[in-house]
Amino acid sequence: MDPFTRRQFGRLSLAAAIAGAGQVAGVFPALAQGANPIRIGFAMALSGGLAGNGRATLLAYQIWAQEVNAKGGILGRPVQLVFYDDQTQPGLVPGIYTKLLDVDRVDIVTSPYATAMIAPAMPVVMQRNVTFLTIFGAGVNEAFKYDRHFNMNVVGDDMKETYAAGYFEVAAMLPTPPRSIAIAAADNEFAQKAGESARYHARKRGIRVVYDRSYPPSTVDFTPIIRAMQSARPDLVFIASYPPDSAGMVRAANELRFTPAIFGGGMVGTQLASFQSQFGPLLNNLVTWDVYSPEPTMNFPGVAAFQAKYRELAPREQTDLLGNYIPPYAYGQMQALEQTLTRVGKIDQAAMAADMHAQEFDTIVGKFRFSALGEWAEARNLYVQFQGITDNDLERYKRPGAKVILAPSAYKSGALRTPYGAAG
Amino acid sequence: MDPDLILLLNGIVSGLLLGGLYAAAATGLAVSFGMLDIVNIAHPALMVMGAFTVVLIGTALGLDPLLVAVLQAPLFYLLGVLIYGVYHHFFEKRGEEALQGLAFFFGVMFIIEVGLVMAFGPEQRFLDPPYAFITWRLGEIDLPLRMLAPALLALAALGALHLYLKRSFTGLAVAAVAQDAEALRLMAVNPVRIKRLAFGLSVALASIAGGALVVVQPVDPSSGQIFIGRVFAICIMGGMASLPGCLTAALLFGVVENVTATFYGPSWSPAVAFGWLLLVLAFRPQGLFGRMA
Repeated sequence: MDPFTRRQFGRLSLAAAIAGAGQVAGVFPALAQGANPIRIGFAMALSGGLAGNGRATLLAYQIWAQEVNAKGGILGRPVQLVFYDDQTQPGLVPGIYTKLLDVDRVDIVTSPYATAMIAPAMPVVMQRNVTFLTIFGAGVNEAFKYDRHFNMNVVGDDMKETYAAGYFEVAAMLPTPPRSIAIAAADNEFAQKAGESARYHARKRGIRVVYDRSYPPSTVDFTPIIRAMQSARPDLVFIASYPPDSAGMVRAANELRFTPAIFGGGMVGTQLASFQSQFGPLLNNLVTWDVYSPEPTMNFPGVAAFQAKYRELAPREQTDLLGNYIPPYAYGQMQALEQTLTRVGKIDQAAMAADMHAQEFDTIVGKFRFSALGEWAEARNLYVQFQGITDNDLERYKRPGAKVILAPSAYKSGALRTPYGAAG
Repeated sequence: MDPDLILLLNGIVSGLLLGGLYAAAATGLAVSFGMLDIVNIAHPALMVMGAFTVVLIGTALGLDPLLVAVLQAPLFYLLGVLIYGVYHHFFEKRGEEALQGLAFFFGVMFIIEVGLVMAFGPEQRFLDPPYAFITWRLGEIDLPLRMLAPALLALAALGALHLYLKRSFTGLAVAAVAQDAEALRLMAVNPVRIKRLAFGLSVALASIAGGALVVVQPVDPSSGQIFIGRVFAICIMGGMASLPGCLTAALLFGVVENVTATFYGPSWSPAVAFGWLLLVLAFRPQGLFGRMA
């Protein structure tokens, strides 16, 4: 066989690129032929560690685009999504955004999911002065202070102040005031900020920190962490973790019969169907950060209809089956974009940014405004508790009662049960 | 008992169990990388692929994941034979196995990962046997069966492989091909056939490691990435082609990681574990059980 020449390789690459582009356009084949669509570009984790939430976000965007196009588009133009898989590799993100803005010449850019992927896109976006709608970032703009950044997340402006406030609000519900806390946080930006918030609130309330460690994302066995926490005998446990770690922590706590008054924190993953299906009753009394629960206090107009549509498509798209976490917010983010474009009447980056700073948005995740930093002006970090879980059936998570909201008080839907590990 | 002593004992025991999982993951690589000198960087990805097929078959048939892992091993053997065939034809035969062969296995790794995402989605998958929720308690020592059962399977697989390599003709030929392929040819044994067999075995062992992995933790298509550094380090530390060395290094890695995590915080675990690797290599460049060339 002849060796592969550089020219042959180039031809093969070109063919692959054309095939790939076809696949992107194939998401909306009719639109690919449509006249002058509004092109919304973004990178998204469709493979790699963050792909679970990345794919769910994409599906929510696609549902929105389909609905908008069925209604005749925005400003009389159809919308078209132009997206690339960032493979959960931050190093690929700047190149993708350079291509989206300079080669594809998209009209609007939104962000990948989430903090670690948004940050590398910021310099590229800022250099070109475009309005940037981000999804589930955590304090990214604290460093950049870019006035055209708008983040769809409940965390709010000052993560240290807002993130763990609800957890300590829940801790105050304990019959005996807690005296000590153990904190474990993954070595990544989001988890470290979450841990910092827990530390800050513990100090503020005079609660002694008896264990405070970070752990690398490559950790396989979490029993040493839980055992070390257990030996410190804390009343409260705050863990800031990503999905595989959250699973390891819950497993280890169960194996070691660890029963602090409150166990939980900012455990990403517990919001997802796969996690809930795996752990079932082991989740009882876990108190964790969340963004949405189908409780009566969060029954915003349109959210049930969106979720019904999402849940119909999720099995085929092989993404989170419930859509209780990021999808309503991803859809709401696009609703906010739609409202801005309709008000501004044209694609004008400066005018869009000014509008987003000035106006209130009404979406399926409620009404909100953006602050000067582009975060939600009023934070809404929920702390929910799993209650009454008897099996691994996911149906219960579509109804009220399985994930009871304990904080903030405006959304409270039930009472705290304690300790962790007791029957729910 | 002194609380610190309890922590230490539990740290050692849980480290040994974790080391069992590492041994399962590294044994196949000890064959491909250690004996055949094939830098199969896709080995952890093959392990994760094994874990996914275990979930698929185990869920459909209601079988124990470790049993499924053993039952599907022959299919993975065939897959290994196929991969080696491609590798040999396009790279090894031309003497381009060093850099281009490495690129090939990188490619295999990405294809497996993306293929798993496309076939199963990016969500975590799991298959918990009933014993995964049971913890035996021996006094103050905890023995979670979630860790113990995979560790025992790993030991059994490693023992069986060791016996095969020491007692059978083809096993001895595998050991011989690692030392001098040309000499083997003079003995009328086709070294390519032996390498094909050995590589097939290494991939079959990845299947068994996949079964062990899925009992220990849920898996997603990219789960293999956190094992790449560890399994290569274990192979090198153990002495490349030495199975007892591989087991010792895996157990040492597990114990050092868990004891460090218990007393000094988990952030130090990888640094201390890889520090041990450097220390071992400083005093024994050939690894714990390796022989000087």
